[in-house]
Amino acid sequence: MFAEWPLLSLTVWTPILGGIAVLLTGDKGDANGMRRLALVVSVVTFILSLGLYTGFDTSTSDMQFVEKYEWISVFNIFYHMGVDGISMPLIILTTFTTILVILAGWEVIKKKPSQYMAAFLIMEGLMVGVFSALDSIFFYVFWEGMLVPMFILIGVWGGERRVYATIKFFIYTFIGSVFMLVALIYMYYQGGSFSILDMHQLKLSMDEQILIFFAFLMAFAVKVPMWPVHTWLPDAHVEAPTGGSVILAAIMLKIGGYGFLRFSLPITPDASHALDWLIIFMSLVAVVYIGFVALVQKDMKKLVAYSSIAHMGFVTLGIFVIFQIWENPANTDQTGAVLAIEGAMIQMISHGFISGALFLMIGVLYDRMHTRNITDYGGVVNTMPIFAAFAVFFAMANAGLPGTSGFVGEFMVIIASFKANFWYAFLGATTLILGAAYTLWMVKRVFYGEIANENVRALKDINAREFFIMATLAVAVLALGLWPAPVVDVMHATIENLLQHVAQSKL
Amino acid sequence: METLYLAIPLASLLGAIIAGFFGGQIGRKGAHTVTILGVGTSFVLSLVALNHHVFAGGETYNETVYTWMVVEGLRFEVGFLIDRLTVMMMSVVTGVSLAVHVYTIGYMADDEHNWPKDSKAGKNSYQRFFSYISLFTFSMLMLVMANNFLQLFFGWEAVGLVSYLLIGFWTVRPTAVYANMKAFLVNRVGDFGFILGIAAIVMYTGSLDYQEVFLQGEALSTQTMSIFMNTEWSVVSVICILLFVGAMGKSAQVPLHVWLPDSMEGPTPISALIHAATMVTAGIFMVTRMSPLFEFSDAALSFVMVIGAITAFSMGLIGIVQNDIKRVVAYSTLSQLGYMTVALGASAYSAAVYHLMTHAFFKALLFLAAGSVIIAMHHEQDMRKMGGLKKYMPITYWTSLIGSLALIGFPGFSGFFSKDSIIEAVHNSTIPGHSIAYAAVLGGVFITAFYSFRMFFMVFHGEERMDKHTKEHLHETSWVVTGPLIALAIPSVMIGAMTISSMLFGDYFGTAVFVRESHDALAKVGENFHGVWGFVEHGVFSWPFLLAMAGVLTAWIMYIKQPGMAAAMVNKYSLIRFFHKVLENKYYADDFNDAAFGGGSRGLGKRLWKYGDIAFIDGLLVNGSAKFVGWFSGITRKIQTGLLYHYAFAMIIGVLLLMTFFVIFGNN
Amino acid sequence: MLTVTLSSYLTLGALLFAISVAGIFLNRKNVVILLMCIELMLLAANINFVAFSHYLNDTAGQIFVFFILTVAASEAAIGLAILVVLFRNRHTIDVDQLDEMKG
Repeated sequence: MFAEWPLLSLTVWTPILGGIAVLLTGDKGDANGMRRLALVVSVVTFILSLGLYTGFDTSTSDMQFVEKYEWISVFNIFYHMGVDGISMPLIILTTFTTILVILAGWEVIKKKPSQYMAAFLIMEGLMVGVFSALDSIFFYVFWEGMLVPMFILIGVWGGERRVYATIKFFIYTFIGSVFMLVALIYMYYQGGSFSILDMHQLKLSMDEQILIFFAFLMAFAVKVPMWPVHTWLPDAHVEAPTGGSVILAAIMLKIGGYGFLRFSLPITPDASHALDWLIIFMSLVAVVYIGFVALVQKDMKKLVAYSSIAHMGFVTLGIFVIFQIWENPANTDQTGAVLAIEGAMIQMISHGFISGALFLMIGVLYDRMHTRNITDYGGVVNTMPIFAAFAVFFAMANAGLPGTSGFVGEFMVIIASFKANFWYAFLGATTLILGAAYTLWMVKRVFYGEIANENVRALKDINAREFFIMATLAVAVLALGLWPAPVVDVMHATIENLLQHVAQSKL
Repeated sequence: METLYLAIPLASLLGAIIAGFFGGQIGRKGAHTVTILGVGTSFVLSLVALNHHVFAGGETYNETVYTWMVVEGLRFEVGFLIDRLTVMMMSVVTGVSLAVHVYTIGYMADDEHNWPKDSKAGKNSYQRFFSYISLFTFSMLMLVMANNFLQLFFGWEAVGLVSYLLIGFWTVRPTAVYANMKAFLVNRVGDFGFILGIAAIVMYTGSLDYQEVFLQGEALSTQTMSIFMNTEWSVVSVICILLFVGAMGKSAQVPLHVWLPDSMEGPTPISALIHAATMVTAGIFMVTRMSPLFEFSDAALSFVMVIGAITAFSMGLIGIVQNDIKRVVAYSTLSQLGYMTVALGASAYSAAVYHLMTHAFFKALLFLAAGSVIIAMHHEQDMRKMGGLKKYMPITYWTSLIGSLALIGFPGFSGFFSKDSIIEAVHNSTIPGHSIAYAAVLGGVFITAFYSFRMFFMVFHGEERMDKHTKEHLHETSWVVTGPLIALAIPSVMIGAMTISSMLFGDYFGTAVFVRESHDALAKVGENFHGVWGFVEHGVFSWPFLLAMAGVLTAWIMYIKQPGMAAAMVNKYSLIRFFHKVLENKYYADDFNDAAFGGGSRGLGKRLWKYGDIAFIDGLLVNGSAKFVGWFSGITRKIQTGLLYHYAFAMIIGVLLLMTFFVIFGNN
Repeated sequence: MLTVTLSSYLTLGALLFAISVAGIFLNRKNVVILLMCIELMLLAANINFVAFSHYLNDTAGQIFVFFILTVAASEAAIGLAILVVLFRNRHTIDVDQLDEMKG
């Protein structure tokens, strides 16, 4: 029965309209009613996105659930949406995470709760829009629109330095995306269409490709974020409210990786090929350099933020290592590229769960203690044993323990990058040590040992709502770690098709 | 059989889940009943499998349980490979685990005293402990039953996780939570090599499945790869050395041995189960399993042998100067693991596994006996405060004696057969480095005997050095403790003689272990093998036995006859004092690691953060460009005076400039 | 005999313009003088318009003069009105002190 509905539009607009409804409810009336409305909207959206998943045909690489209407006909701009194997898992991730974020802010947010909830719902719709838009201007509208709720979230519900952080966040991402707009407009003049799929086929010379590649790189590298344009992320995370951090880490960063797959690789294959060393270099620096930096962080949120950067390094490594996999003469059977990109995709999804869980956990502690300094804690296990069990679990997942989702992506990318160059795999695999070091050291200082002070002594273990959130994420992390096949199978056709396209030079 | 194989690990897992998640509901009794039932089921079924494969002539079982995922034809699977090597490991693991489960009932009976009163983590700690050791059994079974590298790595890391949880079981003790992090990180260094080895295997064989990979072992030996510029490395050597780095972490070989002594911070049952009998032998098992690869790389075998020899000798030396009863046993374990590794290097895989098996029993016995002493001494572990315990604890005394004799390789005891065959195999080996290894393992025999009996004499004989209060309460421990001791003492004596003919010189392992003829040192030993009695007779008149006796004698002289002698020697001779100091500081390996790797990486991180992120990127580039914009507009705003005639002047100048421009260039 | 040619008118226009510019520059005291200078500038333009109109026999120029005169008149009216308000608020019409727009 779902088949005839414009499911994709519904998934985008339900949360946006629902968010406006929540906003109109306001804070004067019954706060619980408003929260329930927000929860219902997010759950309905999730169900709609599951409808997408069940109706999704994994055997084809074509866009599915396509909707195309005239929008701004003067410039050939369409309301054009569709999903394929790359966007499908990310849309589910978005709708799934939003439910948890709504729950996480349930009674914690006292200041303007309706606006808080509405911001998340609206942002959810915009993010799903980003993942499903097939018209580049349509995409750009969602891409920029998404910044606004996040800007407000950090700016209104943030910590002490929220103004600095939110301006930094906005300017960083905005500068990047303006260059992307220029590239899009240039390609419109070359090809007469704003459709992303048309752009994939657009013939471009090497010089054009390199300029366009850098324009995209500016936009996506900031979003991922890649070293050295990563410094907005720790600040934004530290100042953002818990929910904001979760969405930022779990979904917004993925939009950068998605952009590389949707724009950079297929539109500028030759430039990507010529400049892959640059991205690989930046990715490996992210893994190693950021790993060391994460080790010495004193603020838990900063630590997890740096850990996110290091983990996202695997995503960009996996995406851009494919050319060297094809070219390595020692790699006789030429396979590994699919593994690399699917590894990057799995890493994105897994990181969504794990970093989301870690930020939620820091949120749980922050709600009780109002501090994020590692030194203010110690011996939390004595007062919050159930919570500590979850903490160790997610810490292990963050360190990439097999059986959890954190392992799958890293494993795939390490194996694939070995096929390109021994040293890529070598440097990438240092995350096994560094990731464990910074995560477990934090766990040791926060959770283990004797009760450090009276504040820790007064801590209460997690309540049913928090337990539900943690348990849901734990199940997701375990499920993806123990049986990744259902997620990987969704991507096969699309990614093989993408790679065939990328392998063909546009020159 | 398939359901049976599946049931073996799952029975333990089920016990772990029930005891872990519902520990509060089912209580202490429920928890130990359910986990012992689970592990007991695993043990019985393992014996059934053992019977099926060894006596009923069952075929090697190699099937997939489920497919994890498939990418580009590369299959990631979970599956079981059950052959004679596997069933032996399964039986040892579940058997020792069962004994430890029973022993734990007694050891952890008063666990609430180990926790501060205000700690909620101390609640249900008893149930949690049982859940962990059952989970460990599951992980270890998954490791040994794997038929592919993915599952091997899963089990490999899972046992590491449980080891982390168990070493730090008493989460409030700073030393324990330091030791567990150290253990995990050092193991991760090994896993770093291991995962690269797996990646190399995938690249050069296109498969993760053991059988498919092993078939290509010979082909790999002809291929080369370049790692540094212009140098060509044999692919199989690179793969084997990388895999062995993983084994060095898990089996605590120098220089990745540092975590094992510290892991003694955990409760004694897990020291016996994980850090003596099972998990630390995972590396030995893995190399044996990979024999079809290692056999094609002399370089890797030589590396393995030298590392093992260094470990066997140098770690035994440290054991001499330790005063903590558990640490002596821990260093003894390190040294014995070195012996197994040397055997691997000599291509005597079956001797390594054989020693693994005998060692599992007598070392578990020694640990549990040490635990029994510790219980009786009210959790005092310093041997200088013990002595003369023989008359208080007869069962512990006799079982300890059996364990110690087995450890030093007294003829007839299980350790004798395994250790002697390793020494002989090394003697006959042709791998480069075998002469050093031979010297090391021979010297190690003396050292082993010395530290074992030093401990034995210090604990059970001589002057009673404990305080009065402890002395009054000294008595033999309860049956749940002594029962497992006796149960382990029997195989410590017998298992060697029972199995040597088939395991070492028969065809017990069949196709599970592959040895190239040119490497087959054990076969040369086998030529002189004429039954168990002949082996014992030969052993009595050989160097190892004499060295062992010399070690026991020296220990007797120094700690019973003349108790002050050791201290006097250290004080008198500066050379001995120097060695003593080096050994007491464990060759300064911990200090070096703390300073170089711990401090070094923190220092590097701090510098990268302070100078890279904060100063350069944020300070110079991000805030720098913001400051530049501010500075630039600060200058340009000065032009805006607000005075009308200045603007008018600018306008006129502008008009003049434009006119000049048109006059000069306008006509063209 | 002295002939009055086009250039004479243009010179007069330029002179008037130069005087008005000089007035704007040199005057630092009084906004009223600024207004007068602007009027004078417009007058200079008007003279040029009339001169060219006669010279080219095109009446469009003279029509433009009427426009400019209208604009000038309204400008003077508004300008003086602003001036009055300005004086009321600031109690000065000294140009040097009117630097509200200073950056």
